[in-house]
Amino acid sequence: MTELLWLIPLLPLLSAIVLMVLPQLSVKALPQSLIAVIGVGSVGSAMLLTLTLALSGGPYPIEQTLWTWMAVGGFTPGVAFYIDGLTLVMMSIITGVGFLIHVFSSEFMLGDHSYARYFAFLNLFVSAMLILVMADNLLLLFLGWEGVGVCSYFLVGFWYQQPDNGRAARKAFIVTRIGDTAMALGLLLLFSELGTLNIQGLGVAAAGQWQAGDTMPLIACLLLLGGAVGKSAQLPLQTWLPDAMAGPTPVSALIHAATMVTAGVYLIARTHELFLLAPTAMMVVALIGLATSLMAACSALVQHDIKRILAYSTISQIGYMFLALGVGAWASGIFHLMTHAFFKALLFLGSGAIIHCLHHEHNIFKMGGLRSRLPVVFWSFIFGSAALAALPLTSGFFSKDQILVQVFLHPQGGAWLWFGALVGALLTAIYSFRLVFVVFFGVANTEVDKKPGWAMAVPLSLLCMLAAVGGLFAIPVDNVFPAVSEHHPSIWVEVVSAAVPLLGLSIAYLLFLGKQWSLQPLLRRPLSQRLRYFWLNHWGLDALYDLILVRPYYSLANALSSEPIDRLYGAIVWVNQQLHGLLSRTQGGRVRSYIASMVLGLLLLIALSLYGGGEM
Amino acid sequence: MEGLDIPLNHILLVACLLFAIGMLGLMIRRNIIFMLMSLEVMLNAAALAFVAAGAHWGQADGQIMFMLILSVAAAEVAVGLGLVLQVQKRFKSLDMDDANRMRG
Amino acid sequence: MLMLHIIVILLVGGLLAMASQKIHQNAPRWIALTVVFVDLFYFAGQLWSMGDLNLWQAQLPTEPGTWLMHYSSPWIPAFGINIELAMDGLSLLMVLLTLVLGAVAISASWTDIKIHRGFFEANLLWTLAGVLGVFLAMDLLLFFLFWEVMLIPMYFMIAIWGHEGRAYAAMKFFIFTQASGLLMLVSILTLASIHHSTSGQWSFSYFDLLGTAMEEQTAHWLMLGFFIAFVVKLPAFPFHTWLPDAHTQAPTAGSVILAGILLKTGAYGLIRFTLPLFPEASHAFASTAIWLGAFGVIYGAVLAFGQTDFKRLVAYSSVSHMGFVLLGVYAWNALALQGAVMQMVAHGFSTAALFMIAGALQERLHTRDMRKMGGLWQQMPRMGAVAMFFIVASLGLPGLGNFVAEFLILLGLFQADRAMTALAALGLITGAAYSLLLMQRSFHGSVQQHAGLLDFGPREMLTMSVMMLALIVLGVYPQPVLNIAAPVIDGLLVFSASDAVVALEVTP
Repeated sequence: MTELLWLIPLLPLLSAIVLMVLPQLSVKALPQSLIAVIGVGSVGSAMLLTLTLALSGGPYPIEQTLWTWMAVGGFTPGVAFYIDGLTLVMMSIITGVGFLIHVFSSEFMLGDHSYARYFAFLNLFVSAMLILVMADNLLLLFLGWEGVGVCSYFLVGFWYQQPDNGRAARKAFIVTRIGDTAMALGLLLLFSELGTLNIQGLGVAAAGQWQAGDTMPLIACLLLLGGAVGKSAQLPLQTWLPDAMAGPTPVSALIHAATMVTAGVYLIARTHELFLLAPTAMMVVALIGLATSLMAACSALVQHDIKRILAYSTISQIGYMFLALGVGAWASGIFHLMTHAFFKALLFLGSGAIIHCLHHEHNIFKMGGLRSRLPVVFWSFIFGSAALAALPLTSGFFSKDQILVQVFLHPQGGAWLWFGALVGALLTAIYSFRLVFVVFFGVANTEVDKKPGWAMAVPLSLLCMLAAVGGLFAIPVDNVFPAVSEHHPSIWVEVVSAAVPLLGLSIAYLLFLGKQWSLQPLLRRPLSQRLRYFWLNHWGLDALYDLILVRPYYSLANALSSEPIDRLYGAIVWVNQQLHGLLSRTQGGRVRSYIASMVLGLLLLIALSLYGGGEM
Repeated sequence: MEGLDIPLNHILLVACLLFAIGMLGLMIRRNIIFMLMSLEVMLNAAALAFVAAGAHWGQADGQIMFMLILSVAAAEVAVGLGLVLQVQKRFKSLDMDDANRMRG
Repeated sequence: MLMLHIIVILLVGGLLAMASQKIHQNAPRWIALTVVFVDLFYFAGQLWSMGDLNLWQAQLPTEPGTWLMHYSSPWIPAFGINIELAMDGLSLLMVLLTLVLGAVAISASWTDIKIHRGFFEANLLWTLAGVLGVFLAMDLLLFFLFWEVMLIPMYFMIAIWGHEGRAYAAMKFFIFTQASGLLMLVSILTLASIHHSTSGQWSFSYFDLLGTAMEEQTAHWLMLGFFIAFVVKLPAFPFHTWLPDAHTQAPTAGSVILAGILLKTGAYGLIRFTLPLFPEASHAFASTAIWLGAFGVIYGAVLAFGQTDFKRLVAYSSVSHMGFVLLGVYAWNALALQGAVMQMVAHGFSTAALFMIAGALQERLHTRDMRKMGGLWQQMPRMGAVAMFFIVASLGLPGLGNFVAEFLILLGLFQADRAMTALAALGLITGAAYSLLLMQRSFHGSVQQHAGLLDFGPREMLTMSVMMLALIVLGVYPQPVLNIAAPVIDGLLVFSASDAVVALEVTP
């Protein structure tokens, strides 16, 4: 099995190349079924191979080196894979959930002119993501990292005919690029200080060279965190994700829910040995996670575009994962990553089905009463939202509960962090069920155009099952992360953690379904309107960045575009021209002035020879 | 007779004065023909200096130089008058200042 | 002799191309293409058959024996000026790059030139010959000769076949390079005369002039003479203003050669001449040079962002990328220098491709103004896809050659100056900004031009595929190129750290 490791990222890559080249070579358009078979089949095969790998048992870690990427002096990163429990979990999510999303896409994108291009980019993305998680050194990981960023750019701007999509794609890429630059600097620092970029090697070298609390590991970890924050859309680089919803919905499901945005979480988990040497950095991770989580939850509460609600929800849930990592609950963070992949993909695909069936309606207040018309989608949303809100016994419950317990137990300010996380959980429950009640209950405002076919229904059903029972999976990361303390807090902590989502569900019911409460009096107040506007635009971050970064850059580019340096050279030309003007006056054309100058010269010469020549 | 009765300096002074008159005339006059005449005066002044020197040293070289200068002057006047005729034809005047096309 | 042959083949080929126009008006471009291919395969073939070259052994700057090839024949014996050519790993890479990009340039201008085709191909070939001479000449006066030779045909190419502002651009290009070249000439002559006064012999050979002892101040001024000449060519801020005009106004083949090869002669000159000839002066100057490089990276990127002319944007992107090369050279360690060499090769391909696309667009749309473009992917999907590839390469996507280069440079620079590396790393962000803007304005968005537009044909796709393949190979398996350049870099580093150099500290 080890020998075939390289096939797993290669199959989607080959499929992508084939799908890009083949349509050029054939005279008439390829049948969409063929494209779907190639596109979906490659990821399916990768999934089967991953399954085989997982079932093969071990011994872990499994390593395979393909070739040395470059060798300059002591810098010899290789194209090499390292598979352990963490990698397996990620690979399973990428190929498994990815496969389901590919199947869904085959119906969702049917009829689109660029069917082949879609699958090509999607496969390319899967390949890059696999390389990211399988890489044994940070440089190869960076290749996957940038690769998924570029694929995200391609896919968010897939319908390039609308300039807004292009703008969203560019925004996504550039904001994540800022994070990537920080990460690159982190890589440079790590290599300069520790002499290697091999992940396992880094752990060993760091432990030998650095003490916990030193400055170097702190800076390195903060730089890596910069990268993670960009890719995972956390504070302060989260502004790109809501706009990235401009892409096709399956793309949002795969890239912006299950896989790419979790790359930051993976990175921190993967380099946990470094982070353990920088407790300050870990606290920063936790605080960023909590703050982002709360900010995004507030924003999700007031959105009316179904995909934007889910986008903010994603940001918020990843905040939870960051919080978990920040308090050292590595396994819990990854567990939540997995369950989140299940229920968030489910929710996104469900929303995709709604959009597909309601001729591209995005506004939840224009939907309604879909419970009876789209039953599969309804149940998807019930299962998904339950898991998202962490209602008891759903997969989300198990993972979020673990995190909350670990957070509470954290020695520095655990109780405060726990409280903040609880507020977030409450808000999560409210906004997720707000969505469900508004869209599926009540009066139908838009008629259903078509019903979802089997290619959409089956993945949704499978994901429902996973969202329901995924909490019972045990992820094989025992050998990867250091053991977590076996303390148990008082039973009340768990009871409160379980009760809060139910409280949120009730509030949502009272506001949006039963309508026993009304928000109207509150909403009429100007303060709440302003607050609502503020949250709708995500705490003014976009406006802030526009003011301090985007507009100055544009102004600078415009101001300099006439090349002020050139004025310097222009000045030389001007001086030349002036001299030309002056000197050409001596050639006036008048013979008598020539005569006069000749006479003058003669007199000068005579004077010189009479009086000056005395010295000689 | 040997040598000069008139001191050399006096003749040279006359020659200088003549040269200066010619030069001034050249500078001041605008009519081309008068400029040519001033040139002649300058040439003759130089020739006079040569003759005086020749007489002073008692050698014939001075006279020979005089004849050389005379022939040069004649040739130059011939060419010059030909040019004057052309200038007259083209510029319709004998004013030197009118022939100022070659400038810049 | 091989080196002399490849230069002469191009010179003679130019004459042939010019003459062949009388036979048929398409003959010159075929002749030119054949000549370049003949040159390339002859060169590669001879290298192959030479077998055991000292390719892997360190090539010391002072020992021509350790180099791959060396040829010398007397020219002006009274002053020790010879026709001296030598090739090491670095020049080998550059010669190959020149010949390949020469073929690309001819292919790029296949249908572009309508008047005086023979003379155009002749100028193209003579420029290539001049460039080959620059890369191979080891006698400083011969080097200067070839430096000027490569200028003049390029001037004609811009001035005769260029676009609307060609007269201004050509003149600006010529004066900038010529004036800086004069500074270099003064430095060369002074260096040779210092050598003469210390050793009693006249020699302009690189190998003899290395290690010439001189005072610190003198070394500084001479170094500046060379530095300015090469840095104008590179181009580095603030000497770069000739480049946007020259690149924009030049015909497509001219832009390809300018950006792909001519700019690299500047970098080559820095590595080959400025640093080895004046090690301490360069070392003292390094922080200024690094500052210029880092600033150039950001400046080029910011200006690129503000352009509305497609070609001008790509031209400024070249300024930005070559800033990286300047950084890599002056960091002066193995990692950074390898990165610089790699950037020279990879940037050659990526930027040549972008200019070819710009030329193709101008041929079809008769404009370079991006405000008149938009949605071109729909009408020309192949061109769009290819443009996407090269734009993504230009912004440094890992897996393609430009990333390997930029990362190595940053890694090497980090060992030398951490703060500047952080500044230069911002170039990654600004690079993404203008590259994606280019894509957005031209190929994405709504359609502006409605006339039936032809997509890339087989000839163009073939040329593009070759370059795409090259970049992928460089990105994924760069080791062969790194291996060829490694001995040269080792030799240079050993030399500049050696006793021969330390002795220079003493004033004579």
